[in-house]
Amino acid sequence: MRDALNQAMREEMARDPSVFILGEEVGAYQGAYKVTQGLLAQFGEWRVRDTPIAEEAIAGVAVGAAFIGLRPIAEMMTFNFSLLALDMIINHAAKYRYMSGGQVRCPMVMRGPSGAAAQVAAQHSQAFESIYAYVPGLVVAMPSTPKDAKGMLKSAIRDDNPVIFMENEVLYNLKGEVPEEEYHIPLGLAEVKRPGRDVTIVAWSRPCVTALAAATKLAEEGIDVEVVDPRTLRPLDEDLIFESVRKTGRCVVVEEGWRIAGFGAEISDRVQRECFDALDAPVIRVTSEDVPMPYAKTLEKAYLPQPEKIIDAVHRVMYR
Amino acid sequence: MNRDEAFGLYKQMLLIRRFEERCAQLYVEGRIGGFLHLYIGQEAVGVGAMSVMRPDDYLIAYYRDHGYALARGTDPRLLLAELCGKFTGISRGKGGSMHFYDVARGNFGGDGIVGGHLPLAAGIGYGIRLRNTDQVCLCFFGDGAVNEGAFHEALNVSALWDLPVVYIIENNRYGMGTSIDRASSVKDLYQRASAYGIPRREINGMDLLAVRNAVTEAIERARTEKRPTLLEADTYRYRGHSMSDPGKYRTKEEVEEMMKSDPILLWGKRLLEQERFTQADLDAVDKEVLARMDETVAFVEASPDPPVESMYEDVYVRSPYINMKAAEKDPAWRAAIREDRVPPALPPPAPAAAPAAAPAAPNPAEATVQATAKVGS
Repeated sequence: MRDALNQAMREEMARDPSVFILGEEVGAYQGAYKVTQGLLAQFGEWRVRDTPIAEEAIAGVAVGAAFIGLRPIAEMMTFNFSLLALDMIINHAAKYRYMSGGQVRCPMVMRGPSGAAAQVAAQHSQAFESIYAYVPGLVVAMPSTPKDAKGMLKSAIRDDNPVIFMENEVLYNLKGEVPEEEYHIPLGLAEVKRPGRDVTIVAWSRPCVTALAAATKLAEEGIDVEVVDPRTLRPLDEDLIFESVRKTGRCVVVEEGWRIAGFGAEISDRVQRECFDALDAPVIRVTSEDVPMPYAKTLEKAYLPQPEKIIDAVHRVMYR
Repeated sequence: MNRDEAFGLYKQMLLIRRFEERCAQLYVEGRIGGFLHLYIGQEAVGVGAMSVMRPDDYLIAYYRDHGYALARGTDPRLLLAELCGKFTGISRGKGGSMHFYDVARGNFGGDGIVGGHLPLAAGIGYGIRLRNTDQVCLCFFGDGAVNEGAFHEALNVSALWDLPVVYIIENNRYGMGTSIDRASSVKDLYQRASAYGIPRREINGMDLLAVRNAVTEAIERARTEKRPTLLEADTYRYRGHSMSDPGKYRTKEEVEEMMKSDPILLWGKRLLEQERFTQADLDAVDKEVLARMDETVAFVEASPDPPVESMYEDVYVRSPYINMKAAEKDPAWRAAIREDRVPPALPPPAPAAAPAAAPAAPNPAEATVQATAKVGS
């Protein structure tokens, strides 16, 4: 996954001189998570810019440079720190085109890891996609495989809208096939990650991987699960979700965020409205627990959506 | 500066003054809504700074932004239409008073978040460096912004990376109703630049020439040395923070005292004393500007309200990298276009008003020194 992201940036930077990266430790340190490894040596300090620990400046410089036609990639060391840059994204990146009556565009990407890592506690383990997906003017992308990560990041860099590109720290070591040839995957395109007949699970980013693990176990007891990965939350490719739910008649939505006002609630709302006649059970959501992330390993495990919780939810929509 | 140019700057300041006086009137009549932050009293800062920018330079400013757009040459009809929420407005009725963008003139507008545009100015500066041109970015903000974290982050990276940005504090002494004495531990705001090793200077913001000279020097530094500058222009706003502010935090005497050094009054005096213009010349240009305002109001009155469907436009850019089939279920994506919009160049208003050029050189003997037009507000 890490290499796929690196390749996407390397290829796009080679292709288009207006693309540049800035963020904490992206250059000389080779990336806090080594995603930008080697880029400084290839492209130089003006295109791979180490910044002070100043998230508002990182995001703001990206927005300003994008206004005059550059294509910045602002790396957040993790999205937990992006809260310090929220004003730049929500009040500026997402608003200037609108407030200027279409005169301005902001072709930037803000990317970095989001979600829980391993035992880093409450301030470093948050899933904030719902905050960004709430805001009109933004695009929010969350890949779950190396192939998607590369193809979607290339689209994000080339796209002329501000894209919030949320990776996942735990998935950085995930292995997977990536096409040799040049390709990109459009944003706003969902994918069936595992076809099945009995239940639809909608999940993105790390929970999608968890859902696939749950599906394997459920197959052992004869339950054939279909896993749909929306891949992009805004714009949401809802048709593929509806198509799946109309086939299976049952739906579980899994996310790493909190339950209240989490993005899964938006999906659940759309599914119950659009697929009402097809549903054989209410939509059930699996989320993280509604508390800040605890430090202890045992508590952390209990906090997150684990395969067991997903399996339990699938049993419930099947009335088993 | 030659005499025509000096006269032209007088006219620009007067245009801003008369434009905003008309805005205040229209606000009271309920034809302009929301927040209306008037620049009256501060005109010399924007006009002076803008007069030494190149056409290909950039500017980004805060919400008290009418003066910059007018000084940069944006048609007042597009601006007043914006204020009145008309579809003919510069932002098609989506921005209002605080958001006067004119990208064709390098104007990235008024920002409504105090200090929020300073990192953006640094970003414009970064983009200039990356493209390796000799453009510069001017960034205007009020004294309130220096207490925001964004100010410090932006100044630090501007100095660290040698960005061609001129930061201009318009110190009008009050952040809304709180005086700088109650808001800033350091009273000389320009001294804050010393924390970042940035060249700094305090200037009399009521004196157009002082502003021009200081900004010229700062722009030169940005253009050739790629270094930022922090300028503090001491100025004053005669009106409240916005139209809803009765200004009870300061005395009437203080306001009246400041109005004695009105920038338009001072510049008018200079035209009379040093540039051989007459009071009649100044009166004539005032009449011309007032006539232009009448035409501006007439244009706005004839302008349509935005159609409701236009609400969904200008959120996104249509893109080949988005699965539009899915996106288009959302009206904002359906209405997205690929291009950027460019506000139209309006034809000149029908009955031509008084000639715009400076009058022919009058006989120096006729030059009289007297109070200029009644420009106080």
